[in-house]
Amino acid sequence: MSQITMTQAINRAIDEAMAEDEGVILLGEDVAAKQGGGVFKISSGLTEKYGEQRIRATPISEQAIVGACVGAALAGFRPIAEIMLMNFVTVAMDQIVNHAAKLRFMSGGQTNVPMVIRTTTGVGVGFGGQHSDMLEAWFAHVAGLKVVTPSNAADAQGLMRAAIACNDPVIFIENILCYGQKSDDPGPGHVVPLGKARVAREGGDCTIVTYGRTVLDALEVAETLAAEGISVEVVDLRTIAPYDEATVTASVEKTGRAVVLHEAVKQYGAGAEIAARLNEKLFGRLKAPVARIGGAFSAVPMANALEQAWIPGKPAIADAVRGAMAWKG
Amino acid sequence: MTEPAIDRDKLRDIYTRTMRVARADEKFRSLLMTGKLAVIYYTVRGQELVSAAAMAALEPSDYLVTTYRGQHDQIAKGVPLNRLFAEIAGKAGGTCRGKGGSMHITHPASGVMVTTGVVGSGLPIANGLALASQNRGDGKVTMVCFGDGATNIGAFHEAMNMAQLWKLPVIFLCQNNRYGEHTAFADHTKVDSIVTRAAAYGMVGVKVDGNDAIAMYNTTKAAVDRARAGEGPTLIEAMCYRMLGHFFGSDFSYMPGEHLSEMAAEDPLPRLRRLMLDHQFSEAELDAIVADLDAQMEAAAEFAANSPLPGPEEIRRDVFEEEIAA
Repeated sequence: MSQITMTQAINRAIDEAMAEDEGVILLGEDVAAKQGGGVFKISSGLTEKYGEQRIRATPISEQAIVGACVGAALAGFRPIAEIMLMNFVTVAMDQIVNHAAKLRFMSGGQTNVPMVIRTTTGVGVGFGGQHSDMLEAWFAHVAGLKVVTPSNAADAQGLMRAAIACNDPVIFIENILCYGQKSDDPGPGHVVPLGKARVAREGGDCTIVTYGRTVLDALEVAETLAAEGISVEVVDLRTIAPYDEATVTASVEKTGRAVVLHEAVKQYGAGAEIAARLNEKLFGRLKAPVARIGGAFSAVPMANALEQAWIPGKPAIADAVRGAMAWKG
Repeated sequence: MTEPAIDRDKLRDIYTRTMRVARADEKFRSLLMTGKLAVIYYTVRGQELVSAAAMAALEPSDYLVTTYRGQHDQIAKGVPLNRLFAEIAGKAGGTCRGKGGSMHITHPASGVMVTTGVVGSGLPIANGLALASQNRGDGKVTMVCFGDGATNIGAFHEAMNMAQLWKLPVIFLCQNNRYGEHTAFADHTKVDSIVTRAAAYGMVGVKVDGNDAIAMYNTTKAAVDRARAGEGPTLIEAMCYRMLGHFFGSDFSYMPGEHLSEMAAEDPLPRLRRLMLDHQFSEAELDAIVADLDAQMEAAAEFAANSPLPGPEEIRRDVFEEEIAA
């Protein structure tokens, strides 16, 4: 079977959506052909096909980019905003939180904002404190936003199609370290519905609930632990908010143990919400407290040695699972 | 006799819109004063004519984005009074089923796409509406209204630059009412006029006496025509006064005495009345317009009073397209 990288997969999803609907447009810094098709080349080849009216390279103006997408969405378009890096999304928080997320509600359903904010981030490439954060919890906390992140190329393609088709605003988080990762090519027209998690590996002793790049770490850890006789199930959320609670609960009900893992800072992270809901649903049936693993409580450091100490490493993930297995109450 | 620089029907239209705004504002303040309504309300007293003349230059299908002090813009653009009154009162029969209130009036059928409670945030959104029109070639223009206070926030700068860069069919209408909340213009801005900023974006900028009906209408019409012809955006600075406090009931002792007397002398309502009489409209005709409007206000207030309260299930609706499970 032929393979596809995450970069190619996202490009294909946008390409397909643009071919189907004139209202799909892409706005962002450097995204047009003249600027090279985006810093991460996601929009490569699209200007040639759809023109500069639909692939609009913008000034460095995140509020204006997101605001223009909100307005175009209100008029019935399905705009995609490329915000180069997740930390830069913070510049546009007013447009996202006060407008994109709330206009459907505040208008009593008269208007809606079908837009996607694509952004990328990731710890491990030495970009330091203002280019690496995973801020998904900020957005998951806001009623009216959907938050999505793929862990593999095929899902990236399918989730992007679903995000563009969604009639509400979607924050679509890509990971810089995953762009080159390959999946089996799912072929054209592939759609992965929002709000549906994937059991990435089946197991019976402990569930690791995670999303994005750390799914890959979880799968490696599961392989390591299998050699120790521990059977780990890995649930890839794919949509962080609203997340597929049924799949997560069913998995943990089966295994009785859960480790919630994310690259974002652990404190007040999405893992806290998932752990709390597992307690609400399964208290008394859990064989160990739900464990949480996340990034350290500091800015992301630049030096590789510090960065690797900051990020939740595979040994720590494995230890958390072993700890859950050894729990005696 | 004054030489008419404006079509008589258009002048009557502007008068009717102005008085619709004025009588509605009067009605809201009376409902608040008598305790029949207890809500946050940003009075538009003093800015009636600016909106009326501007909206008279737009088509009903053109888009409008406005701000929390926006009842004049919404009413002049054509939002139905019953629904507007009910929304301000937080009733189920309101434009937004009581979920928006006066700061978030939305009525796409009248072209009112967004009313924002965040100063300056409407400008980037207006660009997007205009961008959609530009790509579709639907001939619509977008107007965004904001105050002088909104011109010192970053969104203003980003939006102005982007609009001019892409020659978007948008009209930036700054209603310079000389106060940003409690701070006088000279205490928040060093240049004399907002309109001088247009040059920084290579944009056409026009300053106009917003209380001069004919000048205000003609200025707006020229900007609308330019936008529709694909010639790009315009920044209009319409000089006016906010004749009462920041919000209903708030103290405005920070306004100096000479400002208050200058304001009273420039009151757009008697000034427009004189203009109408100069243009051979009779007192009786003008009075009849106002009497008809007052009947509409009574009906709207009654509609709002009788409209049911929204039920708690509304909290789960319109967060997303699909209702959230109870």
